[in-house]
Amino acid sequence: MTTPIADYAIVGDGRSAALISRAGSLDWLCWPRFDSPSIFAAILDEERGGRFSVAPGVPFRSTRAYLGETNVLETRFQTASGELALTDFMPVLSRFDSARSMHPGHEVVRIARCERGEVEVEIVFDPRPDYGRRKAPIRSMGKLGLHVDCGGDAIVTLLTDAPLGAEGRARVRLRGGEQIHFSLTYACGAPAVLPPPTRHRSVAVLERALRLWQEWAARTKYDGPARDLVVRSALVLKLLQYSPSGAIVAAPTTSLPERPGGDLNWDYRFCWLRDAALTARALFGLGHSEEAENFMSWLLTATSLSLPELHVLYDLYGRRPGRETALEHLRGYGGARPVRIGNAATGQVQLDTYGEVIEAAAHFVRSGGEIDRPTANMLCAFGREVARSFDRPDEGIWEVRDVPRRFTHSRVLCWSALDRLCELADKGHVPKADVDVFAAARNRIREEVETLGWSEQLHSYTRTLAGADVDASLLLLSWYRYCPADAPRMRSTWGRIRERLEIAPGLFRRYYGGLTAGEGAFGICSFWAAEYLALGGGTPAEAEEQLDTLLGYANDVGLFAEEIDPASGAALGNFPQAYTHVGLINAALSLRDRLERGKREAERARAQLPEARP
Amino acid sequence: MNWTSSLLAGFVGTVLLTTLEAGAQQLHLSRMSIPYLLGAAFTKGRDRAKVIGFFTHLLNGQLFALLYVAIFRATGEASALRGAIIGLVHAVVVLLVVVPLLPFIHPRMASLHQGPTELRQIEPPGPMALHYGVTTPLSVVIAHIVFGVAVGGLYRM
Repeated sequence: MTTPIADYAIVGDGRSAALISRAGSLDWLCWPRFDSPSIFAAILDEERGGRFSVAPGVPFRSTRAYLGETNVLETRFQTASGELALTDFMPVLSRFDSARSMHPGHEVVRIARCERGEVEVEIVFDPRPDYGRRKAPIRSMGKLGLHVDCGGDAIVTLLTDAPLGAEGRARVRLRGGEQIHFSLTYACGAPAVLPPPTRHRSVAVLERALRLWQEWAARTKYDGPARDLVVRSALVLKLLQYSPSGAIVAAPTTSLPERPGGDLNWDYRFCWLRDAALTARALFGLGHSEEAENFMSWLLTATSLSLPELHVLYDLYGRRPGRETALEHLRGYGGARPVRIGNAATGQVQLDTYGEVIEAAAHFVRSGGEIDRPTANMLCAFGREVARSFDRPDEGIWEVRDVPRRFTHSRVLCWSALDRLCELADKGHVPKADVDVFAAARNRIREEVETLGWSEQLHSYTRTLAGADVDASLLLLSWYRYCPADAPRMRSTWGRIRERLEIAPGLFRRYYGGLTAGEGAFGICSFWAAEYLALGGGTPAEAEEQLDTLLGYANDVGLFAEEIDPASGAALGNFPQAYTHVGLINAALSLRDRLERGKREAERARAQLPEARP
Repeated sequence: MNWTSSLLAGFVGTVLLTTLEAGAQQLHLSRMSIPYLLGAAFTKGRDRAKVIGFFTHLLNGQLFALLYVAIFRATGEASALRGAIIGLVHAVVVLLVVVPLLPFIHPRMASLHQGPTELRQIEPPGPMALHYGVTTPLSVVIAHIVFGVAVGGLYRM
């Protein structure tokens, strides 16, 4: 039976990530990077993908949680004879530790401990490198562990104190207080470092991981609604940020279907520009300046490589991803084929990306950053490109794979790009900006959007210029300061979006179209709705209600996929999805700001009231 | 003895050998990294080990160049061909004699018999360094022949 997507949780180290099911099975892991070929891919094919499972060999019930505000996962299995706790994590190191200790570089640690009674633990170690395409028998190297050749000079090594041989299967009976340890490592480019699978070493790296994650989470500056899930979302973003470059992958998985059993299966292990500004705002807004600055650094480096054009997506080092191919040998999640690697959207045109990059730079400046001269020149080059080509049709924010169109959202993001550049120029950050040219183009875009992008018949902004339908991306018009959330045009657009796109209470589709049939509600669109309300489109209570409704769709450990099935509430699409979590953070930040503003206004009003007479 | 020529030949030969080994690593042909293995004897930190090991490796290269020069002088001729032959013998000695001894010499290398410990965690190279990749012996032989060619070709009696 296919494991529901929401039954997975993530562990990682900022370079790669593993998905572990509620049944203790590590079903997805790509090493050494997020976008490397997989070592385990049972999530995409239970027979051919490969897995590393540690769980009771008898019927059980399981519960799980991250240990406090960390990315260390604990799964508890209850059996008739006892209780087993499985702790999973990837060790993390401070710069200090990294420079002074011997460590494998890429490692998953698993500790199985019998908490009470007696539990028979079943271990299945079945690595299938290169998405299961590579025949890689397990070689037992005695006390040096089990080795698996991953091609080239790369090897995976499993060291354990459990009696596991080259057949990769074992059953171990643990009594109360007993524990077994697993250290799964990957090496390429240098001799492997093989950590001893001892209790002492495992506990030491666990304690260090707990401490470092707790210290990181404590730096989150947020004390508003839904703090737990906001911090969890920040921890997810931290896991999905590729620490050597600062890039944030959209999700660590490929081809988890957006339509159950269908063909909307994409590789999300890349970095999209379309949510750059929202991501920058989320990180800066939570006070994680180091991560925000690393992300900005990646963003500006990546975009400078394709100057003055922008691509839709980039890889972890800012290059174009490889071409899209289908892995025909894999059955796909729940039979949903094809399983794709690479992403063909890389060749599309998305004009909104200019607005995203320039808006992100504006956030960087508002958060105290300074733009150097080459970056300022680059932003001006983007501005000139926008002024030159804003009226081209494009594939739009949803990367529609049919014909290019004139999307209102893309136009508004072009307006935003030029407006922010004028603002930055006013403040002296981009001295060589052609302000007159930019302002003239900006004004033309507004005129066009206000005439062609508005439908008197619908009484709403429209998905495309002169179109007759709506799109959830129009909810962002207020966020980009194109139109205040409480303006009559935005309020009536909100009404039309609710009428046409809200498919269950609080859940919104992105738009109606041929490609969207059967897909679920988009998590980020639904959070945009909460943020729109928080920005002034509704009352604080309405915003809070929308946010609370959405938070109810998080899985048991606070994670969201890209989409939500409106009928069952099940998670759909790649998982966990960075941009859904970005949407959650931004909605919560806007709501917090609104509530604080309300409090300040109430205090001011109280202070201005004449003192009551006796 | 021409010291300047020996130093220059040893330097060029070591740089070429190091470059070839680094190339083999970057092409994912071998995990053999002599600078890392040398440096890890002095420090636990991977990056620092590589830097220390690089300079130690350069120094080793000079010492081996002196040995090559001594052989040239003893045989009365320095040439690229003679250097290549000495390099081949050198590589065979490294693979068959030095490599198997490493787990006993290196303070941080694990051994097959004891397995990894808190102090000794570096994967041992195995017979002819095959644990570091099946093409490792070939890359070691080629790198040492190139070292010998450089020393023999550049040294002026």
